[in-house]
Amino acid sequence: MKVKMLSRNPDHYVRETKLDLHRVPRNYDPTLHPFEVPREYIRALNATKLERVFAKPFLASLDGHRDGVNCLAKNPKSLATVLSGACDGEVKIWNLTKRKCIRTIQAHEGFVRGICTRFCGTSFFTVGDDKTVKQWKMDGPGCGEEEEPLHTILGKTVYTGIDHHWREAVFATCGQQVDIWDEQRTNPICSMTWGFDSISSVKFNPIETFLLGSCASDRNIVLYDMRQATPLKKVILDMRTNTICWNPMEAFIFTAANEDYNLYTFDMRALDTPVMVHMDHVSAVLDVDYSPTGREFVSASFDKSIRIFPVDKSRSREVYHTKRMQHVICVKWTADSKYIMSGSDEMNIRLWKANASEKLGVLTSREKAATDYNQKLKEKFQHHPHIKRISRHRHLPKSIYSQIQEQRIMKEARRRKELNRIKHSKPGSVQMVSEKKKHIVAVVK
Amino acid sequence: MSTNQAVESKLLASNQQKELEDLPKDYPLSTSEDEGDTDGERKHQKLLESISSLNGKDRQKLAERSEASLKVSEFSVSSEGSGEKLVLSDLLEPVKTSSSLTAVKKQLNRVKSKKTVELPLHREEIERIHREVAFNKSSQILSKWGPVVLKNRQAEQLVFPLSKPQSAFAPIEHVVSGWKAGTPLEQEIFNLLHKNKQPVTDPLLTPVEKASLKAMSLEEVKMRRAELQRARALQSYYEARARREKRIKSKKYHRILKKGKAKQALKDFEKLQKVNPAAALEELEKLDKARMMERMSLKHQNSGKWAKSKAIMAKYDLEARQALQEQLSRNKELTQKVQVASESEEEEEGQEEEEETLVPDMVNEVQIKANGLNPWMSQNHFIDAKETDVQKDLEDPAEPEALETSESEEERAVVEEETLLKEFEERRSLRQKSKLNHMVEPVHRRVTKDPSSQEVLSELRAPSQKLITENHQSGKQELSSVRTAQREESAREEEEPMLLQRPKRARTLDELEELGREGCVENKKLPRTAVEGLQLGKNRSNHIGAPKEKKRKEQMIDLQNLLTTKSPSVKSLAVPTTVQELEDEEERDQRHMIKEAFAGDDVIRDFLKEKREAVEASKPKDLDLTLPGWGEWGGMGLKPSAKKRRRFLIRAPEGPPRKDKNLPNVVISEKQNMHAAAHQVQVLPHPFMHHQQFERTIQTPIGSTWNTQRAFQKLTMPRVVTKPGHIIKPIKAEDVGYQSSSRSDLSVVQRNPKRLSIRHKKHVENNCVD
Repeated sequence: MKVKMLSRNPDHYVRETKLDLHRVPRNYDPTLHPFEVPREYIRALNATKLERVFAKPFLASLDGHRDGVNCLAKNPKSLATVLSGACDGEVKIWNLTKRKCIRTIQAHEGFVRGICTRFCGTSFFTVGDDKTVKQWKMDGPGCGEEEEPLHTILGKTVYTGIDHHWREAVFATCGQQVDIWDEQRTNPICSMTWGFDSISSVKFNPIETFLLGSCASDRNIVLYDMRQATPLKKVILDMRTNTICWNPMEAFIFTAANEDYNLYTFDMRALDTPVMVHMDHVSAVLDVDYSPTGREFVSASFDKSIRIFPVDKSRSREVYHTKRMQHVICVKWTADSKYIMSGSDEMNIRLWKANASEKLGVLTSREKAATDYNQKLKEKFQHHPHIKRISRHRHLPKSIYSQIQEQRIMKEARRRKELNRIKHSKPGSVQMVSEKKKHIVAVVK
Repeated sequence: MSTNQAVESKLLASNQQKELEDLPKDYPLSTSEDEGDTDGERKHQKLLESISSLNGKDRQKLAERSEASLKVSEFSVSSEGSGEKLVLSDLLEPVKTSSSLTAVKKQLNRVKSKKTVELPLHREEIERIHREVAFNKSSQILSKWGPVVLKNRQAEQLVFPLSKPQSAFAPIEHVVSGWKAGTPLEQEIFNLLHKNKQPVTDPLLTPVEKASLKAMSLEEVKMRRAELQRARALQSYYEARARREKRIKSKKYHRILKKGKAKQALKDFEKLQKVNPAAALEELEKLDKARMMERMSLKHQNSGKWAKSKAIMAKYDLEARQALQEQLSRNKELTQKVQVASESEEEEEGQEEEEETLVPDMVNEVQIKANGLNPWMSQNHFIDAKETDVQKDLEDPAEPEALETSESEEERAVVEEETLLKEFEERRSLRQKSKLNHMVEPVHRRVTKDPSSQEVLSELRAPSQKLITENHQSGKQELSSVRTAQREESAREEEEPMLLQRPKRARTLDELEELGREGCVENKKLPRTAVEGLQLGKNRSNHIGAPKEKKRKEQMIDLQNLLTTKSPSVKSLAVPTTVQELEDEEERDQRHMIKEAFAGDDVIRDFLKEKREAVEASKPKDLDLTLPGWGEWGGMGLKPSAKKRRRFLIRAPEGPPRKDKNLPNVVISEKQNMHAAAHQVQVLPHPFMHHQQFERTIQTPIGSTWNTQRAFQKLTMPRVVTKPGHIIKPIKAEDVGYQSSSRSDLSVVQRNPKRLSIRHKKHVENNCVD
C-alpha cells in the first residue's frame, strides 16, 4: 500500500552554504498584496523626503590660492588631479583624494586667463595676461631643478583662452583671433577671424575634433572648421556669451553661457533656434561644463550659485550655494561624472557631489537595489503634488530668492504688456515671439 | 586712289591686327605712302596684279572709273562704268570660294561668341561662399551622428564608459610561437610534440584529426544523428507503451488481449496463405516446431512446480482449478498437430464465411442505421440485444466455464466479452450523462414517486438485475452490479425525459402548485394514516407552495410601490387608441415577463432606501457633549437627565440643500474627499497624451512585493550607470561602429595653406615674434 505523505525537496529550502540567504518563497497573487498604488505612493513620498534629508552635496573646499580662481582644468588621465589658475598668475595642481595642493607655479604675471591639459595628461598649457602661452610638465621638477615651462610662446596680443585638441598635438588660443598652433612651432599654423572683437573662449569639439566654437564680446558665437581653415557660421544673440561647451556624447550639440542669465543649447546645424533655453540663474552665467555622460551640465553664475540642468529641461534640477561662496567664475564636472568642482572669487575651489543625496563609497547589492527602486518610485510619482513640492524645495540665499521673485514680476509684466499690445493692435500685425526665438538676433552665414 | 585697295582694306579691317599675320608672307601688304607718285603707281599696279593673281582664275574685272560721277560707291562699284546691273551674288562669289578667308571667318565667329570678362568678386563674398560650402560639408559629416544620438536619448539604459576594454587574451599560437624551450625538460616535450606532428601554429589540429574531420561530411552526420534520434524516440515510445500495458492488472483485459492477438495471428496467417503460400508454409513449420518443442519440454503439463502447487490447491480453490484447466487446454492446443488446409476446404470455408457474413450483415446494417440516424436508437437496440442475450443466457445452462470448449461456446464467450467491454463504455458515458442531468434528476424522482411508475420501474429493473447477476456469477461483484443497475435504471429514466423536458417540467410545477393548495386543504381533512403514501411528496410540495404565495404578496406590494413613486410616464394622445390597446397588451405582456424574470429583486425600493441612507449619512451630525455622571449620579441603568442632555447637545447647523432634493430618481454624491484631492494629480503631465496612459503607469506596481525578482530588476533598472573611479571619455566613432577619419586634422591644415588669405598670413607674422 502506498502511503502518500507531504514531502519537500530539500533543494528548495536547504542553503548550500551558511552564508547564503534563506530562500523565501513568495506568492505574487495580487489579491494577497492589495493597495499597491497607495503603498508605493507612500514609499515614493518617503524616498523623496529621505532624499531631501540626505542631500548634503558639499564635500570639500580647497583653499590656498591668494586671489580669485579664474580657470580650472581636469587631467584626462587621472581623476584625482585638478589644475587651477588664479587671478594673480599662480597655477596650482591639486590632489582631490588628499584634498591638498601638490604643486604651485607662478606661471604668469597678471591673470591666468586659460588653462588646458594635453590629451595624454603629461603636460598642460596656460595663457596669461602677459601675452604668453606656456607649456608645463604635469610632473613636478626634479630635485634641484627650477620650475620652468617646457615652452614659452610670446604673442603680440593678450590671449584670453586656450583649448587643446582631443587627439593631436594641436591647440587653439583666442584673443583677437582664433589661432591654431602646432605644439612644435612658435607660429600658429592657421588663424581664423571674422570681424574684429576680442574672443573670450574657444573650445574644440570632443567628437568631431576638427570643429571649434568660440564666443566673442560682440555678442556672437562663431563656429570654425580647422581642416578647411575657415569660419562656418555665426549666431548673434541678445547679449554676449561668456563660454560655450560641447556635449561629449552628441557631436552637434553645444551650450552657451550667456550674460542674460540664460543658457542656450544649440544644434550646430540649425543655429537660428536654440534647442532649449535654460533659465534659472538670476545673474550672468560665467561658465558651463557638461557631465561626461552628456545628460546634464553644470553652470556657474555671477549670482554666487551653481546649478545643474538636465540637457532636455529648461529648469535646473539642483542649485548649490554656500554662504561664503562668492561669484563663481569657473566650474568643471569630473570625468567620472560623480563630482563637480567650482572655482570662485573668494579664492576657493569647492568640491560638490553631482547627486546631492548620493551615498559615497561602495554600496552593497541590496543598498543598490533599494536606491534604484527609490529612484524609480520618485520618477513614477514625480507629478503628484506633495512629492513634487518636496522634491523641488530648496533653500536659497535671500539675495537669490528675492531676485527670483523680482524677475518673476518683471517677466509677468512684460508678458502682460505683450498681450495687451496684441489685444489692442490690428489682428495679425503683432505676433507673439516664442522664448526660444526671442534671444536670437541674427544668424550670419 | 585704288578701289581695289579700298576693298582689300575693308575686308581686312574687320580682322584684328594679329590675325593679319596669318596671311602668306611673300605678299607685302602695306604700301608706303611716302614714295614718289610714279614709282608708287607702278608699285601699286604690281600689287594689284599680284592680288588679282592671288584670287585665281576668274576674277571679276572691275570697271575703271574714268570720269567724275555723282555716285561714288564706297566699294568702287559703279553701275555706270560697266553699263550692266550689279548682282549681289557676283559680289559674294569670290568670298565663298576663297579658301584663305575661312580661317578668318572662324576667328570672327569666335570673337563674336566671347563675352567680356566679369569683375572679380568681392573678397567678403568669396569668403561667404567658402564658409557656406564648409558649413554644408561639416554639417553633413555631423549628421551621421543623428541616429546614434537618437538611440542614446531613447535608450532604456546607458552604461558608461562606452568603450569596453579589449580583452587581452592573445591566441595560443602567438603565445607558443613567441616562446622558446629553455630547459631540457621543455625541449624534450617540444621534441615529442614535433614528433607527433602536433602543430604549434595556426590550425591547431593534427593531421589525424584533420583526416577524421574530413571522414564524415556534415550532412551525413546530421542524417545519421536524425536517424538515431528517431530510433531512440521510437524505442522509448514502445517501451513506455509496453510498460503501461503491463501495468494493467485486469485479468479479463489480458485474456481478451491474448485472444485478440490469437485471432489476429490467425487472420494474418490466412492472408499470408493467400498472398504468399511459401511464407505461410514456413509459418506453419514454425508452429509445428513450437509444438514439437512443447512436446519435448512438457512445459504446460502438470509437472511443473507451479502446476503441482496448484494441483494441491485445486481441491479447495475454484480459481486454481480453473487455472489448471486452462493450462491443460493450452497444452492441448499447442501439442495438436496443425493441418494443412487444402483448396476444397478453403472453398468450404469461403462458403462458411459467406454464411457467417449473411447473419452479421443485418446486424451491421441495423447498427449503421442506428449510428447514422439517431444515437438514442442505437442504445435501445443495444439494450434489446442485451435482452436477447439475457434470454439466451436464461435458456442456456448457466455454466460458461464448462470444461468442453465447443465452438458455439467460444463464440458466446467472445460476444460476452464484447458486451462487457461495451458495458464498460456505457457505464462511463452514463456517468457523464448523469453529471449533465444532475439538475433534472430531483424533479423526476418526485415524479417517479407515483406508485404506478414505481411498479413499471421494478418491472424494468428485474431483468436487468437478472442479467447482471448472471453475467457476473461470482458473488463478490454483487454490490457493484447492484450499483450499476441503479445507475442504468436512472439513466434509462433520464433518456426519455430529455426530449420532453420543458413541457413536463412546467406541467409538474403547475400540478405541484395545485397539489400544494389541495394538500393544504387535504392535510386538515384527511387522517394521517390514510395519506401516508402521499405524505412525503405532498409535504414537500406544500413547502414549496407556501413561499410562492408569499412572493405573490410581495409582488403586490411592489406594484403599490411603483404607483406611489412618481415615475415620469408620458402618454402621447396622438396615438390611435386601438394601436394603444395593442401596445398596451404588448406592454402588459412585456411587463409581466419582466416581473416574472425579476420576481425576487425589488429595485425601486432598494434605491429609495439607498438614497435615504445617503441623505442621512451626508447630513451633519449633532454633537452630544453630555458626560454621564458629571454633576449627578452615574452608573448602570442611569442616564443623564433630559435637561442635561438638552443643555449639552449642540445641534448641527442645517447644511445647504441637497442637489438631488427634487430629483427622485437620482442620488448626487456631495462628499468630495478634500484630503485625497491634495494627493491627486490635477493636470495631465507632459509626455502623456491621455489620462488612461498616465493612470496605467501609476497602477502598475514596480516593487518586489508585486513582481518577481527578475521583473523587479528590469523595472528598476537605472537610466544611466556609471562605474565609480572610471574615466568616461567622449563618444568616439569606433564606439558606435563608424569609421573614424584616418587622416589627422593637423595634416589637412598643413596641406591647405593657400586657403589662408594673405592678410591673415601677414597678420600672423606680425603677431608672433619669437
